[in-house]
Amino acid sequence: MASAPNLAASFDPATSPDLVKRAELSEIDASTKIPVLFFLCSAVLWLLVGTAFALISSFKLHTPNFLGDIEWLTFGRARTAHLNAVIYGWSVNAAFAVAFWLMARLSRSVLRHSGLLMIAGVFWNIGVTIGIGGILAGDSTSIEWLEIPPYATPLLFVAYALIGAWALITFRFGKSEHIYVSQWYLLAALFWFPWLYSIAQIMLIIEPARGTVQALVNWWFAHNVLGLWFTPIGLAAVYYFLPKVLGKPIHSYYLSLLGFWSLAIFYNWAGVHHLIGGPVPAWVLSAGIVASFMMAIPVIVTGINHHMTMVGSFGALKYSPTLRFIVFGAISYTITSLLGSLMADRQVSMVVHFTHFTVAHAHQGMYAFFTMVMFGSIYYILPRLLLKEWPSAMLISVHFWTVAVGITIYVVGLSIGGIKQGLEMNNADIPFLTVVANTIPYLLSRSLSGVLMTIGHLAFAVNFAWMLLRPRAPQATAPTFFNTPPDMEVAR
Amino acid sequence: MNRAPLLFLGIFFTLAFSWTGIVLTNQLTYGKLQPVIDETENKAYPEQLSGLAEQGKLVYQDLGCLYCHTQQVRRPGFGADDKRGWGDRQSVARDYIREGRVLLGTIRTGPDLRNIGARQASRDWHLLHLYDPQITSKGSTMAPFPFLFEKHKIVGQPSPRAMKLPAPHTAEPGYEIVPTQRAEALVAYLQRLNDTYAYPETKNVFVEPVEMKKEGQK
Repeated sequence: MASAPNLAASFDPATSPDLVKRAELSEIDASTKIPVLFFLCSAVLWLLVGTAFALISSFKLHTPNFLGDIEWLTFGRARTAHLNAVIYGWSVNAAFAVAFWLMARLSRSVLRHSGLLMIAGVFWNIGVTIGIGGILAGDSTSIEWLEIPPYATPLLFVAYALIGAWALITFRFGKSEHIYVSQWYLLAALFWFPWLYSIAQIMLIIEPARGTVQALVNWWFAHNVLGLWFTPIGLAAVYYFLPKVLGKPIHSYYLSLLGFWSLAIFYNWAGVHHLIGGPVPAWVLSAGIVASFMMAIPVIVTGINHHMTMVGSFGALKYSPTLRFIVFGAISYTITSLLGSLMADRQVSMVVHFTHFTVAHAHQGMYAFFTMVMFGSIYYILPRLLLKEWPSAMLISVHFWTVAVGITIYVVGLSIGGIKQGLEMNNADIPFLTVVANTIPYLLSRSLSGVLMTIGHLAFAVNFAWMLLRPRAPQATAPTFFNTPPDMEVAR
Repeated sequence: MNRAPLLFLGIFFTLAFSWTGIVLTNQLTYGKLQPVIDETENKAYPEQLSGLAEQGKLVYQDLGCLYCHTQQVRRPGFGADDKRGWGDRQSVARDYIREGRVLLGTIRTGPDLRNIGARQASRDWHLLHLYDPQITSKGSTMAPFPFLFEKHKIVGQPSPRAMKLPAPHTAEPGYEIVPTQRAEALVAYLQRLNDTYAYPETKNVFVEPVEMKKEGQK
């Protein structure tokens, strides 16, 4: 990793001491501008759509008559539209944008064939739009994480094939001799996702497997989308931005090596823990439980590596929006993954499996970890694409605090509610409707957190649009920090 | 790690490992599981759904019932599925082999439905419950499905299919509320959810049936 002399310098390419390198990075950034912006704008729009469906679904769970007459917005559809909008709309678009930008920078090569990416982006977003329209109209497949109806998936396939071809070309023509840890994660993710997705499509929708083999394929896919697609891209971003922002190298090369390969080996077996107690062969579940526990290795190793990189630099959290989001995400990754291992234990699963605890856990992974890392990455990338700074530090601050507090209330509230729900559900002396009634306070806390997060997303979207639309300052301006770092004068 | 081919091989083989173990091995070992032919009854179990019930299953899928209801009974002693009357035996792989789409589900915001047809056989109960769950299960958080019903002006004789709604849900005088074809199909599917047949592999886990509890009371 390149190291910068101080915090401000690390934020601002214009202050890099090496003129040649600075010019090269600017050229690379400029070459990524159009496709990365396209994917980022799509991501932000989908984030807003997904948030609206999230709020509707959340209200419906404690007030079932809310919009109860509208078939298109019945809970089963609104909730599914939410999932698909935030996963295939927001998260995948953001992941693509961040991955392309990182790939170009880390291969030290200008982004070629951006036309391919633009076509892919158009196909992807049309596919997701048709898919979500289909879900709302009642064409959902009812296969979790694969609800997009079969008439929309070919568009997603075409988009992904183009992106895969592009990734190979970029990697092949890269100038950098060294393959940095972020690149391992990106390459692996870009390779794993189409494999998972095509097997799942074939064995569940095109030529469905018989009986509960479907459930095994479903959870092999759905859990691996988290672990082998979103997690590697999130970690790639953490591995890039943490040292970049701090201006120092990652703590240990060997720990990153161990973390990567142990994730690759163990994660892909873990997904079947979603079927504990279910009608599938017990040995598969046992293997999944073992793999889930072994996941503690990559998680702890990666956690230590990130923590040791941060040690001595926690003060920078006061200034840097990127760092604050990324560190929040990295800490959440460690917590949610260790909890995930614990949830695979049969006795724990017996209580929490079918409850809101699982919902809290999923949001801790996809939001508190992945989405926060994406927010942090966008705060870093966008100024370098547009050559202007974020218009409002206040809006960034509102964004951070509302979503950080929001997701914390969400996860804590639903986790407690879920454990209570599970214990009561396993006690047949408590009538089922009492169990349901006892979850309502926790479901209300989730709606409250949803409102907070919505405010945060609006602040983010306003800042994003404002930045796109406002004219570029005639002279280079200082990066947007929460506070002005003391060494700013020196850097300029 | 500067050797790209090695990196690629590693990335390939790690996922190939679980793909072989979880997907391929299980497809080969029980992907061709057959129905059991009961010679005393001269029937093959599990039984095929009727056409109407198959349509009802599509309604179940398109409304997303899966996102609140499971269709899998855990073994006695692992949770309280049996004591809640959700099934007198554990669900087994063979129960699902006739289903084009297996809807095990992962969350129990509402109760498990694998045996809802056994514990709640009444068509009228299901229709009332779907029209507005508060009629049959006060305090339920289930979504109402009024759009599965139509309001008609009564012309001549009232329809025999008209809903017998309690106040204050009744339609205004001269009108009646009639379930649509989709509601009838969904109810036919729910009534058909009934895994009580004892397969050879369930006999060793079979326990005495507990008294089935009616939905809404328990």
